[in-house]
Amino acid sequence: MDLTRRSFIKATATAAAMAAAGGSLAAMAGCSNGDSAVTPGSGDHPTDSEGATVYTGVCRYCGTGCGVLIHAKDGQLLSVTGDPDNLTSRGLNCVKGYYLARMLRGEARLTVPLIRDDPKTKGSMEGMHEATWEEALDLVADKLKTAWKNDKSRIGFWGSGQQPIGEGYLTSKFWKAGLLSNNIDPNARMCMASAVVGFMNVFQTDEPAGCYDDIENADLILTWGANMAECHPVLYSRVTAHKVQDENCKHYDITTMRTRTSETADKVMIFKPGTDLAITNCIANYLCEHDKVDHDFIKDHITFKKGTENIGYPFADDYDVTEPGNTVDAVEEITFEEYAEKLKPYTIEYTSKLSGVSEEDLTTLCEAFANPDLKIASWWTMGVNQHYRGTWVNHNLHNLHLISGHFGKPGDGGFSLTGQPSACGTAREVGTFCHRLPADLVVANPAHRRYTEAIWDLPEGYLDAIEKPGMHTIKMFRTMSRGGLDFLWSAHNNWAQSLPNAERFLGLSGKEEDQGIFNTFIAVNEIYPTLTTKYADVVFPVAAWAEKEGQFGNGERRTSVFEKAIDPPGDARWDVWVLMQIAQRVLDGETIDGKDAMDHLFGFIWDKEKGDFKAETQRDINRDIWEEYRTFSNPSMNEKAEKINHDENLHMEAKQLAPYDEYLKQHGITWPVREVDGQWVATKWRFAYGDGKQENGFDVVGIDQYGSKDLAGGVSFYKSAGQRASVVFRPYEEPPYTPDKEYPFWLSTGRLLEHWHTGSMTRQVPELNRAVPEAYCYMNKDDAKKLGLQDGDNAKITSKYGSFEATVNTGGRFDPPDGMVFVPFFAEETLVNRAVMDVYCPLSKEVDFKKTTCKIEKA
Amino acid sequence: MGAGANIAKVAAGALVAGGLVGASVRTSDDSLRPPGAGDEQDFLSKCIKCGRCIEACPFKSIIAEQGTYGIGAAVGAPTFDMRTQACHMCEDFPCVEACPTGALMPIPSRDVARIGTAVIKRDLCIAVKGMRCEVCYRECPFIDKAITIDYHLRENDDLHTVFEPIVNPVHCTGCGICVERCVVSEPEVAIEIVRDFDKALERIDEEQAKGALDAWSGGTGADTSALGLFEQRGTNN
Repeated sequence: MDLTRRSFIKATATAAAMAAAGGSLAAMAGCSNGDSAVTPGSGDHPTDSEGATVYTGVCRYCGTGCGVLIHAKDGQLLSVTGDPDNLTSRGLNCVKGYYLARMLRGEARLTVPLIRDDPKTKGSMEGMHEATWEEALDLVADKLKTAWKNDKSRIGFWGSGQQPIGEGYLTSKFWKAGLLSNNIDPNARMCMASAVVGFMNVFQTDEPAGCYDDIENADLILTWGANMAECHPVLYSRVTAHKVQDENCKHYDITTMRTRTSETADKVMIFKPGTDLAITNCIANYLCEHDKVDHDFIKDHITFKKGTENIGYPFADDYDVTEPGNTVDAVEEITFEEYAEKLKPYTIEYTSKLSGVSEEDLTTLCEAFANPDLKIASWWTMGVNQHYRGTWVNHNLHNLHLISGHFGKPGDGGFSLTGQPSACGTAREVGTFCHRLPADLVVANPAHRRYTEAIWDLPEGYLDAIEKPGMHTIKMFRTMSRGGLDFLWSAHNNWAQSLPNAERFLGLSGKEEDQGIFNTFIAVNEIYPTLTTKYADVVFPVAAWAEKEGQFGNGERRTSVFEKAIDPPGDARWDVWVLMQIAQRVLDGETIDGKDAMDHLFGFIWDKEKGDFKAETQRDINRDIWEEYRTFSNPSMNEKAEKINHDENLHMEAKQLAPYDEYLKQHGITWPVREVDGQWVATKWRFAYGDGKQENGFDVVGIDQYGSKDLAGGVSFYKSAGQRASVVFRPYEEPPYTPDKEYPFWLSTGRLLEHWHTGSMTRQVPELNRAVPEAYCYMNKDDAKKLGLQDGDNAKITSKYGSFEATVNTGGRFDPPDGMVFVPFFAEETLVNRAVMDVYCPLSKEVDFKKTTCKIEKA
Repeated sequence: MGAGANIAKVAAGALVAGGLVGASVRTSDDSLRPPGAGDEQDFLSKCIKCGRCIEACPFKSIIAEQGTYGIGAAVGAPTFDMRTQACHMCEDFPCVEACPTGALMPIPSRDVARIGTAVIKRDLCIAVKGMRCEVCYRECPFIDKAITIDYHLRENDDLHTVFEPIVNPVHCTGCGICVERCVVSEPEVAIEIVRDFDKALERIDEEQAKGALDAWSGGTGADTSALGLFEQRGTNN
């Protein structure tokens, strides 16, 4: 449909009160749980017309990071409304955020620790008895300590991009410095890993350089494998607002299937799965052939490389350590001419035939990138990341922007959209991955280990014990399924429902070799019963968002605090308290450098003798955690660290974070945050000198400190090796499976607007369940006809991996091309992941959730 | 047989519970009828309340009308409670198939069926205020035809558009999925099905006349934006 460019109603005299009332105005019961050191944040808070105290926060859900205000009175939650002072959302939310208050007090809320008596009862909540915290903590700590002492390669922690920053930081410190284990990986492995490895390979620093303001500054917006309309709703309102106001702004949706995002695009380019690799190379080839590359930019900023090709697929468990799996990271330098030569096969004609995108449309894309005056904003998410060559697609998107010089100006650059609320802030910036340390550091680099030791006050060389990366997600769960894991602890995720290949990982196949899950001792932090708690040996009931103070870092590098407004219900506790209790027990008797290990690592917030926090309020505890964490990007706070930063040219200030209270004052700030004339100022466009003013969001302080300001495009890659970004040639290689006679359909899975991920929270909200009560199998009308299926029929979807049933929906909300269906993964009862392959991108280890092949029949 | 007996029971119960013997008679012209029904007079003259359409509905959407409109021919007639269970506009119309008297007349295809027309109550709809909802639009079986989205800048906000769902009366079949799925229920559902087409158009105009509605101030009364509804309607209706 046409996006009508209608004239908008001009602002009238009234200063609009942007605050929107939340979805639920009913008073919610919230009993105090006796959390000793916990009172709502100190400091002045406004009160509303009902006399309720108003706390600030950001939404619990997606990476957009909409602001919210939490209204609480006498310990009861009254409502959650949009925050008009949040610069991204200005008081708006999507329907999930709108009903946040409802989400917190569903009837099924977990309030008491649970212990399973017999592991054979796993797969259900039956067979669990209520226990005291003492019992539950003692049991879990005992199991962890025993397993750790016995063979620490057999323990694991699965974390999350939804874990608040402080929690993630402490978890990582406990696991890596306390247990000297790298077997900690987040669910962000399934979401952003391809983007992460892409950024690290290209720039040696993670996360996008631009910010959400690129939307308002772009002339051309490209969505690549991103259904922003449904998955970043309020951000998409900004995209449409820009299009409505600027007739010249165009939006092309480059996708394998029509979505609501396609609806407002000027052009929709449907391509065959996997051919995004070719399309990006086609554009790069055009630029080289027509000499439309930015030679100055290349001269000043780019090193060209090629990498290992024909890298196969990780079907086998030992893929990573055998050929070709163990060669996938290798790269070598080449010349620009060699790079251009390798692109030659990707002509418009070839690419059109391969991808199904018309030559005309491909030419449009090519000509756009060839226009140096056009500001092009490329936005991508899961279509690109959850891909058998996801890292390569990320590379290729960076390549386009780099060789054409479309980089470093507002509106001009590639932006990898983040799905979760804090995949950036926590998983990536804290480094809760099997191969990372905080602030872009990696375990494999000795200088990085030295730097970390300095900040964690560990003896030099202490972290050499963790120089080898641990198990990434799929490796961890494949290992567990084979009986290779004695202990697993998870928080802020629902792996049983969100992992692919459920038949194997949950032992549903019935095969003897898949039954490992029953023998692993599993502890789960949760707020509601989920499929994962059904496999737990112990469930810790924990505090939810707004029942604790925490921090999220959203997709545009904006870190925000969400305040504690109410106490958690029943006997639910703060995750950090649980972690400290476990750590204290497990590290009992352990020493680091002759000193008590628990005190050494956590003495700055925890009193071992008291068995509780040192500080009075969650505000103070969080501030203390933050101050230690932010030392990583403020080396001047630690003498030893500062020296290493200097000697090893680490340039750690590139990710500079501000003092804690600034985030509360400013309702969130985008890093690197710089102190300028006593003010803490955000950086909106990294590596861009812009107009020379840090106050305008340009990376002036960083470039003045470490880079050069007179290079092409006003850009300086001061954090990159040799201060140059890498353009690595990545070829098209076909998907692991292609539809054939036996399995003629593509099965794609993902999210939709009304439900978040596995629905563990949103399905507690009656309004959201009413809106979308089940996970449909979305297919187009022609395919339905050919299959003899009607809208509303029950269908069985079967792949090589397993099968599930779902109701057919030809309504058109998702409009796949012939031979493809889309099924969202929020419904536990549907469990689409029974049919989804666990093949991952060999570089990022991120699973391709969108290209399993399947057959569909009437059930 | 079973259904018929049930209908009789329901009808009898309604007579008693309604207590409306001798009360003034209200019209059932507004009652929603299954697809294929003509106007109310025509429909009631043919419907024998056999209950076969109720039995035939695979979604159990069709229910027997309680004595809402007083004693009379309407009691026991098939109707819907869209909020509880909407019509799924089955392509093969089992309800029409099952009707023995032609009270439900055959329909060539689902997109020309007409139970009624959806009307959005703009002061209750949260999408009108800028929230990203539009559940009705996304769940509508005739997406981008029966309900479309009008994108316009939000009042006093140059950063965000409102995604306002707009019903197109030409294409809306009145299936009621939008009513069933709407997230708003306080003080009432933000969308309803109006049976009579002209009444529906009147209601839609009334709603549009409310103009741009500010967040929660109950409407600014700002200049009507004449959102091109009439262009969308096309030829005579």
